[in-house]
Amino acid sequence: MTKKQILVLSSTLFFVWFVVYMATDVWGLINSFQQVNIIWAGINVILAVSLNLVVGFTGQLALGHAGFMAVGAYTSAVLTMHFGIPYVLAILAGAVMAFFMGIVIGLPTLRLRGDYLAIATLGFGEIIRGVLVNIDYVGGAAGINGIAKITNWTWTYIFTIITVVLINNFIHSLHGKACITIRDDEVASELMGINTTYYKTLAFSMGAFFAGIAGGLYAHYFFMIQPATFALQKSFDALVMVVLGGLGSITGAVLAGLGVTFMNAALIELGAFRMVIYSVLLILVMMFRPQGLMGNKEFSARVFDRILPKRGGKDDV
Amino acid sequence: MKRIMLIAFIALLAVSLIGCSSEETSDTIKIGVNYELSGPVATYGNNTVDGIKLAIQEVNDAGGINGKMVEAVILDNKSDPAEALSVATKLIAEEQVIAHLGPATSGAALNVVPAVTDAKIPMISGSATNPDVTVDPATGETREYVFRTCFTDPPQAIVGAAFAMDNLGAKKVAIYYDNTNDYSKGLYQVFKAEIEAAGGVVVAEEGFSADDQEFRPTLTKFKDAGAELVYVPAYYEKVAKIISQARELGIDVPFLGADGWDSPDLVAIAGAAALNNTYFTNHYSSSDDAPEVADFVKAFQAAYDKTPDSFAALGYDTAKLLLAVIAETGSEDPQVITDALAATKDFPAVTGTLTFDEFHNPIKEIAIIEMVDGAQVLNTKIAPSN
Repeated sequence: MTKKQILVLSSTLFFVWFVVYMATDVWGLINSFQQVNIIWAGINVILAVSLNLVVGFTGQLALGHAGFMAVGAYTSAVLTMHFGIPYVLAILAGAVMAFFMGIVIGLPTLRLRGDYLAIATLGFGEIIRGVLVNIDYVGGAAGINGIAKITNWTWTYIFTIITVVLINNFIHSLHGKACITIRDDEVASELMGINTTYYKTLAFSMGAFFAGIAGGLYAHYFFMIQPATFALQKSFDALVMVVLGGLGSITGAVLAGLGVTFMNAALIELGAFRMVIYSVLLILVMMFRPQGLMGNKEFSARVFDRILPKRGGKDDV
Repeated sequence: MKRIMLIAFIALLAVSLIGCSSEETSDTIKIGVNYELSGPVATYGNNTVDGIKLAIQEVNDAGGINGKMVEAVILDNKSDPAEALSVATKLIAEEQVIAHLGPATSGAALNVVPAVTDAKIPMISGSATNPDVTVDPATGETREYVFRTCFTDPPQAIVGAAFAMDNLGAKKVAIYYDNTNDYSKGLYQVFKAEIEAAGGVVVAEEGFSADDQEFRPTLTKFKDAGAELVYVPAYYEKVAKIISQARELGIDVPFLGADGWDSPDLVAIAGAAALNNTYFTNHYSSSDDAPEVADFVKAFQAAYDKTPDSFAALGYDTAKLLLAVIAETGSEDPQVITDALAATKDFPAVTGTLTFDEFHNPIKEIAIIEMVDGAQVLNTKIAPSN
């Protein structure tokens, strides 16, 4: 990216933050229902983008994302509630904890492929939930309640942007390219001298790290957490967003995260019928656009060059 | 293509954010109903909402309140606590309801509490039994805007213990509880303390886990210990298996339980014969011939062609109580309604004459149901004494 692009991009991001912040806290234009959905949108974007790193870019079908979210949520909630650790540190600690869980779970299971990996990660997601139900310190099945509500628009936005930027940079780094070669042809990349186990575990635990952040944000917004919240359904929701948006597209994951959240909110009056619409939409996308809405295409900062008038004329990437 | 996607996305954002907030001067009284209509505990929510709808229908048929019709805004929270909060904020901020009914489960109710407290809107749940729902565990203070119409768990165990000692004459009891479930563990602890305080003896106590299928070894132990009654505070599926296995072993002492037994599946799994000489505490009995109960059961059967369960009765009571308070105060100010709710005394509800204590828990009689040849029969009603 050129300097100009970075400048335009960051000022756009700042502008979005500022407008929503003012509309929420100063002008009072965004009511509490819309605020809840904005926070949800941020959490869903983080989940979708981080899972896309594992499923879309590294090609490992993992179904335990909600389990890592639970690790982040519980760790950060316990740290802020019982140890008085500041919010940001607690969230990062939750993410680091999820990262290590990712390594512990990833090392043995990532030797498996395809269906077997999906089943193994699914099992581990359920184990995390099952363990939490049986720990009295974190409230067992009833969970923890009374967590301070600290997550707000600003924090959600910051963490969402950091997640998208870091994962985007990772994918465009040498490590990221190694992950992509594993997705495209694992045997060939192994022959090229790429340590496939290392990169698969790296991508998997990085995905877990960001899922942990999403969990921390969730815990400090929704006041209480229960093991049941992080059941298989949550993992599927994240996977659906990834598939809808396009496997291997960060832009797609972001759009799907936002789209699914706001659609859910807009159709709230339909109740259970929402799930039917959701499913029909999924079937339609799979039939007519099996690669997902964005395929593997990305939104790039170059768009700004087309929208804005050019000043220098020399414009290269 | 990218440009189109971008524009489409912005349009989507704009529509979903701005589209739905239209304000109108309401000539109806709007009540928010936030219940579990889909998901794992959908039956709780659907049965409760049936009761709520019936209560509102009756009030509207009688001319509404002060000439205004009552309008229920019913939304589904998918049995998900986070969704329950989202629904509550939607009801409060966009539908501008003056009171909030629900949710059914304690987890979801706890999640809604901050939203109603911030907005100063009264909230009544018909079935959230966790004490923390109405009392803040950190400060020990009652939550001003939160009420419940069901009893909490401890009174059930208190009444159960009194019934076991006084009515059934059992002095030596065994307790068999689900140690993976907070509801079951809570009842077990209170029941044990009550029995011992009243001079009884707990001769055996064992926990089982939610996945257990084989209960005979423990039951044999109970038999050898000379238990005159077995208390099983658990859910119907396990209870049914425990009782049928006990009867097979020739254990014919009474079994006693709590409202987790209340399901048609209890008889379906255990069989009518095995369930004779078993009892459980419950919110109400549809076989009660008190006039309020009989009228309600008749009206409910006419409307839905089925017998109302406890959730339906509690939903009916919850809505009736709220509407009675609104009619009495003649006000649509949430604060006035909240204050009047807190002062509720001797409200004639289907599930017992109701008075709120200082923790916003109802003080009312608890029904003891006896299983007689597969049918639930009201044995007696006891008021908890403490």
